[in-house]
Amino acid sequence: MRRVILAVTATVAGLVALLSFKTHSPSAERTVATPQQPPSLPSGERAITGNVADTAYGPVQVQLVMKSTRIVTVNILEQPSSTEHDLQLGQLAFPRLIGETIAAQSARIDTVSGATYTSGGYIKSLQSALDNGV
Amino acid sequence: MSVLSFPAFTARLRHAEHVMGTVVSFDVPLSARDDGSLDSAVRWLHWVDRIFSPYRPDSDVSLLASAEVTVEACAPEVAEVLAACAFVRELSGGYFTSSPGGQFDPSGYVKGWAIERAADILTAAGSASHLVNGGGDVQCVGGRGGPALPAEPWRVGIADPFGSGSLALVVTARDQAVATSGTAERGSHIVNPVDGCPASGLASLTVVGPSLALADACATAAFAMGPELAREWTESLEHHEAFAITAAGESWQTTGFSRHISTD
Repeated sequence: MRRVILAVTATVAGLVALLSFKTHSPSAERTVATPQQPPSLPSGERAITGNVADTAYGPVQVQLVMKSTRIVTVNILEQPSSTEHDLQLGQLAFPRLIGETIAAQSARIDTVSGATYTSGGYIKSLQSALDNGV
Repeated sequence: MSVLSFPAFTARLRHAEHVMGTVVSFDVPLSARDDGSLDSAVRWLHWVDRIFSPYRPDSDVSLLASAEVTVEACAPEVAEVLAACAFVRELSGGYFTSSPGGQFDPSGYVKGWAIERAADILTAAGSASHLVNGGGDVQCVGGRGGPALPAEPWRVGIADPFGSGSLALVVTARDQAVATSGTAERGSHIVNPVDGCPASGLASLTVVGPSLALADACATAAFAMGPELAREWTESLEHHEAFAITAAGESWQTTGFSRHISTD
């Protein structure tokens, strides 16, 4: 269970860092996970809902669907949506970060080598997710 | 400065620093924070940026480019970088240059060199297991930290140049550098110094070798060569192996590259 909570904390921290890019919030590390067991999930899978994390752009809450110690899916339960930037993040960055979270976990990689990214490109990158503890 | 760590779990720390127009990521033992070597490595990168940035009008490189100062008046590292650029230019038959487009700009060498030096700073302070990634170019020292002894090799994903977020393959690396040149993030920014045209034919080229300064410069030179010459040239380099994905989506690798590929 400890590993699961760490995984949740790491992912929440990653998402919070994505939103509050210039002002990484140390409070993200203190987010506590609350296990839940919705009846609709396939057997062996369970959902874990993180606490709401306050970011510079507004509250974020994520839910992980786990099978054993692996993340199967990440659901965004709450995300900022009051500005154009918020909506872009919701449409572009969240799905990409979630996909990369799961890809990185599958490949068990420590880092990524690729064409040099700019500072702005980093925010969408897999390396960014890894740096935030995925 | 952002530090997210889980000391009880891994006794390691990851740090991401915005510098040199990109982000430099560190994976270090906690001791590197406590003994100040992580701070020293970060300060080194900002110093390099101040001296070598072509975007800062008061950098040594900018003053040198406009002939306002001589090499002798610059930081001694400038002469070191110039000598190294000349070496790679010779090694690559002119496919590497410190003057792309005719303007003095050694950035093609500086980043990999600076990242390798940052890793050296951590080694000198006693770390035997760390990794520094500068915008996609990686210097690994030792193997990855963790409970396993001997340490497992680092696992470095090679980004698929055609798929955002997916990997072409995974390289395992111990005391190795992994450098990739490509068009995926910034478009056709590598110019072939021999004919002056944007490099074409390759989508991505990765070089694995012991030194990031050299591996990164070789990846840039090979990318400029195009697929056929790059394959022949990288095959001829001692202690270096290469993997490339062409613009058509085909891939090739040098004969020794397979020993770096993770099979699990």
